[in-house]
Amino acid sequence: MNRYPPWKYVLIVVALVFGILYAVPNVFGESPAVQVASVKATVRADAALLARVEKSLQAGGIAQQGISLDTIGQNPTIRVRFADAAAQARAGELLGRELNPDASDPSYIVAPNLLSRTPAWLQGIHALPMYLGLDLRGGVHFLMQVDLDEALTKRLQAAESDLRTQLRDKDVRHAGIRRGAGGLEIRFRDLESRNKAKDLILDSFHDLVVQESGSADEPILTAALSDAGRIAVRDNALKQNITTLHNRINELGVSEPVIQQQGDDRIVVELPGVQDTARAKNIIGRTATLEARLVDVSPDGMAATGGAVPPPFGSERFTVGRGVPVVLKKDVIFSGQQLQGAQATFDDKQQSAVSVELNDAAGRVMLQVTRENLKKPMAVVLFERGRGEVLTVATIQGEFGSRFQITGMPSPQAANDLALLLRAGALAAPMQIIEERLIGPSLGAANIEAGVRATEMGFAAIVVFMALYYAVFGVVSALALGMNLLLLVAILSLLQATLTLPGIAAIAFTLGMAIDANVLINERIREELRKGTAPQQAIQQGYERAFATILDSNVTTLIAGVFLFMLGSGPVRGFAFVHVLGILTSIFSAVFVSRGLVNLIYGSRRRLQKVSIGQIWRPATAGTPPVPPAGGARGKPSGA
Amino acid sequence: MEFFRIHRTIPFMRYALVFNVISLVTFLTAVGFLGVRGLNLSIEFTGGTVMEVGYRQAPDVDAIRATIAAKVAGDSQVTTFGKAEDILIRMPAHPGVPSGQLADQVYAALTAVPAPGEAPECAAWHAADARFKLLPQDERTPEAAAPLLAQQKSLAGQCTELRRVEFVGPQVGSELAQDGGLALLAVVLGIAAYLAVRFEKKFSAAAIIANLHDVVLVVGMFAIFHWEFSLPVLAAVLAVLAYSVNESVIIFDRVREHFRTMRKATVVEVIDSAITATISRTIITHGATLTMTVTMLLFGGPALHYFALALTLGILFGVYSSVFVAAALAMWFGVQRADLVRAPKEERATIQMP
Repeated sequence: MNRYPPWKYVLIVVALVFGILYAVPNVFGESPAVQVASVKATVRADAALLARVEKSLQAGGIAQQGISLDTIGQNPTIRVRFADAAAQARAGELLGRELNPDASDPSYIVAPNLLSRTPAWLQGIHALPMYLGLDLRGGVHFLMQVDLDEALTKRLQAAESDLRTQLRDKDVRHAGIRRGAGGLEIRFRDLESRNKAKDLILDSFHDLVVQESGSADEPILTAALSDAGRIAVRDNALKQNITTLHNRINELGVSEPVIQQQGDDRIVVELPGVQDTARAKNIIGRTATLEARLVDVSPDGMAATGGAVPPPFGSERFTVGRGVPVVLKKDVIFSGQQLQGAQATFDDKQQSAVSVELNDAAGRVMLQVTRENLKKPMAVVLFERGRGEVLTVATIQGEFGSRFQITGMPSPQAANDLALLLRAGALAAPMQIIEERLIGPSLGAANIEAGVRATEMGFAAIVVFMALYYAVFGVVSALALGMNLLLLVAILSLLQATLTLPGIAAIAFTLGMAIDANVLINERIREELRKGTAPQQAIQQGYERAFATILDSNVTTLIAGVFLFMLGSGPVRGFAFVHVLGILTSIFSAVFVSRGLVNLIYGSRRRLQKVSIGQIWRPATAGTPPVPPAGGARGKPSGA
Repeated sequence: MEFFRIHRTIPFMRYALVFNVISLVTFLTAVGFLGVRGLNLSIEFTGGTVMEVGYRQAPDVDAIRATIAAKVAGDSQVTTFGKAEDILIRMPAHPGVPSGQLADQVYAALTAVPAPGEAPECAAWHAADARFKLLPQDERTPEAAAPLLAQQKSLAGQCTELRRVEFVGPQVGSELAQDGGLALLAVVLGIAAYLAVRFEKKFSAAAIIANLHDVVLVVGMFAIFHWEFSLPVLAAVLAVLAYSVNESVIIFDRVREHFRTMRKATVVEVIDSAITATISRTIITHGATLTMTVTMLLFGGPALHYFALALTLGILFGVYSSVFVAAALAMWFGVQRADLVRAPKEERATIQMP
């Protein structure tokens, strides 16, 4: 009667194998490594660099234990692992020298790092160790508030200047445009002009909605951003800020930075291992500028390209970036502030291109410049920390104004990269640090040690008690609890959830609560045996009756956990997530797995006389027993 | 081994009145302290800066206070954290001072004089570090920082060190406090709704009151002893709320079952027998959970201290309130067999069978 069909055992074995495979990466530890990534917007780590790194290490006589190119994420990174910290230090020094011949202007950041020792085949099935939160590994955390109203104002400003030009071009007369809280207020002298303007706005400004007001003598048109337009502006501003932050943070050489949107208008930045908050803040808060300039094609300028003679007056030579060396005029055609958008697209020949949109003022300058410099090259330069980096050099193919395309991109990827770089020149909206945390590495290590030790000791105490108090059934309960821990760790690792100190506390607390299910079951079985039920039947009854109570008692915990997860932030969320997950795995392990084990031990014995569930004491004296006895005593209580 | 050899039903309800009076008094005391003294809220809720500084030997806390008072306006707190060598400094939010800068200034002032137990080289390093932090941003290059970092590594464990800095803007703080209140409300309403569906209304009212009593007592303890109330503590309080509701659910389940099986017993007898039948399980499971929280309290380090403390207290109050408050309230509310045994149809049929 207490037998499982084979598929249930198969399920348990599958769960066990899954648990072991995905939990085990957490015990391999980490080996010292060196990572190489580009700091230049126009340089990317690739297979060629990988070969170069490998060769330099070989030449330097430093043995490495594996080298890989990680192209996932914003900035491709090469990681090389070593046997010990000494080799890591030597390799870091060697690579820093080899890859950056000019120390004052490095192209690559070479940083020490730690890599998981998990074997490759495990990593192949995405079995990776849990990601440790900052409170466990040390580092800095920033929460930034993005001023999205500022982004909206900027968009409205741009729309205003565009509108002025278009109204003038179409010869629509108006009596003034004013920017207010509600949007753009345009006054007219007659209704006809207003209707024309309205058609124009609806035709060419897709993110604006218009509203008519005023009298027939003084008609007014109010143009405001539509809801969709607002959302788009806010989304783009956040995305652009995140992209810009990514580019800047790459320069810090942080191994696994977290840059995420939080809520509607906030960005979280977590930099593990970074200890210098001041420097991190400077880099994050830095302003970069983008400038478009003409290439100096005069004979003097061309001669200076090679670097043999100095560039002529009013020009300067750039050596970093794409299409370099190149000599550019110092006059700026347009700057990053005037750039309104850059998107990867396709030109009329279905080639990859980048479409660029400038504001009205820059468009007018552009029109003049392109008319005068047809078929001549121009360049876009990104300035950061006073150093210029050429993003692209392109030939002017025709006369154009505020909207144009940069064509001839080798691939959609290249077009995407350039669009991103053009946009990333500056932050779309100003940001302010509203929360900042620095956790020293020694504190992180102390936290993880204390948390893990407390969990281990508590777990051990429960196992010993259960085994003593419930004998074989106690051992089964302990095994089920172990399975619960295994599954919990495995699922957390699989989800690549961030483990924090409250998360560890939640694991410990959840284990303490999960044993409740087994205590309920064991007490019920004892109760049945006390009543005199036959052991096999007692086991069945015990599990069946306890199950309803177990489900019931977990519901309230789940309610609390889910609300905490939804409304909480930071540590509360981590705690709630692990807690809810632990409750779910505990139902599986405490009921399903422990029953499987009990069935395996006792289920096949036909004439089972006694089970080992600790001593069962029966009230021999008269009085009201807690539970009214029912039926005769067939099963013998055991004293083992 | 069997701990509980219960010969007869324990008359828990006989003492209900005494315990309820005690509960009411402690409850009112807790509410009084909360109202008068208030909670010692962490900077997560109030905004401000916290620094944890690790010294080599126990420093003179009063001297640290004096140094900080000279640097920072307003009411700063200096306490030890876990060990006598670890100092925790809380400073109020200063509008206008950029985040983190305050911490840098205070740390520079604290390390200006060599602390006892520091290696002699430390003074020079601290001075260089403080100078570096004041440099304009263009000069703070990785190359310039490299020798400092190298020296820091070689001196690791010999100097005073900055373990942790947290800065929370006042706006974030008030938001967190609001979200915390909202979470508490949502959890209470969610559990009340569940209990109302699951049980008859006298029971759900009794359970909710009993468990809010636990929450107020735990939070009240934090007010009475001026323990720091932080976000993790809030999480612990809410987890405890759910956990002790479980306990009431299990006891009420048994009460319902015993109303069915013990047809001649009085209401008080039924409640007593239900509690007696579950008391062994109650003590063992809570013992197991307490084992975990107490090990956390003892070995989990200072960072988990108040979190584990809130859990431990919450579990203890939870057991007490499920037995003496929830069950007793249900009794005072006049719960009857008819409220619970609404006899489903099949059961009525079996009753009518001869």
